[in-house]
Amino acid sequence: MIEQDTTAIIDTLKEVSTAKGDSGSNWIMHHIMDSDKLDFTPFGSISLPQIHLFGFDLSITKHVLFLWISAALLVFLMIRVSKSYKKSLVPKGAGTLFEILIEFVRDEIAKPTIGKGYEKFLPYLLTAFFFILISNFIGLLPYSATVTSNITVTSVLAIFSFFMIQLAGIGKNGMFGYFKGLIPHGVPVFLLPIMLVVEILGLFTKPFALAIRLFANMTAGHIVIYALISLIFVLHSYLVAPVSIGMALFIYLLEILVALLQAFIFTMLSSLFIGMAYHQDH
Amino acid sequence: MTGSIALLAAGIGAGMTIIGGALGIGKLAASAMDASGRQPEAAGNIRTSMIIAAALIEGISLFALVICFILAGK
Repeated sequence: MIEQDTTAIIDTLKEVSTAKGDSGSNWIMHHIMDSDKLDFTPFGSISLPQIHLFGFDLSITKHVLFLWISAALLVFLMIRVSKSYKKSLVPKGAGTLFEILIEFVRDEIAKPTIGKGYEKFLPYLLTAFFFILISNFIGLLPYSATVTSNITVTSVLAIFSFFMIQLAGIGKNGMFGYFKGLIPHGVPVFLLPIMLVVEILGLFTKPFALAIRLFANMTAGHIVIYALISLIFVLHSYLVAPVSIGMALFIYLLEILVALLQAFIFTMLSSLFIGMAYHQDH
Repeated sequence: MTGSIALLAAGIGAGMTIIGGALGIGKLAASAMDASGRQPEAAGNIRTSMIIAAALIEGISLFALVICFILAGK
């Protein structure tokens, strides 16, 4: 279902950007979607290599490049931080920022929702939080692309969360005990088949909602900024510029808040679902 | 004709979704303010729960927005 959605969205966006002569929406869609060129607009563009292997399209596109950049930045920063803890337990300089964020994830997200045994899931939760945070912030810089505004990237993150939830539940309660624990206590017998179907469907819809929430928040924010700026070109007048750029600046500040918030919400909901699967008798 | 009805549907759909989402988050913020006013010590807890609930409500309205994107492309 996610693949059908993805191809439907991508196909319709491609149609819009190539078929319609309206240059406004062309320009917006060209910036939002993946492309095989790095576009530094007044200065030129760099074409990225196209690799076709064994019938799979493995070409390096803009989003793939920025995915690697985010991952490399994440690994580099975290290794620096962990090495600085070997010297002394009190961090200095930029390490203090990471200490605040890591303690925030541990004390406000992992401990209240998972309870006892939260240490096992902390590495995954921290990775998800920092990866989404770094990707969202890199997407706000000029000439860059937001990796998390690609439905495939957010789907992969949600699939990882799905596997963590199932591993947590089945590891603690056993295969049969986990499915038995999905159904709440005190349910009349004739409702059991419906409850089972609903709960198993719920296992799949919760990560799906995680993916769509992150993707739509990131994409919608960028589309609003581009649409406000393209007002200047649509109305063919420079006098709109102060108003338009003022509103776009306000939405940009809101985008910074949304970037932080979406990382927090993804991690919080993943940890909540892991806690519900781990301690099923809650 | 199909193209313009799809665009109209996308616009109306997005508008109605926003009404529902804004109503929900507005009521949520109102009760969070009431509760924080009654018991200022619990304001931190209430703020965290409010943000989680707001993100869930916004997630739902963004489902509808994605459908409007698909419609607007047809």
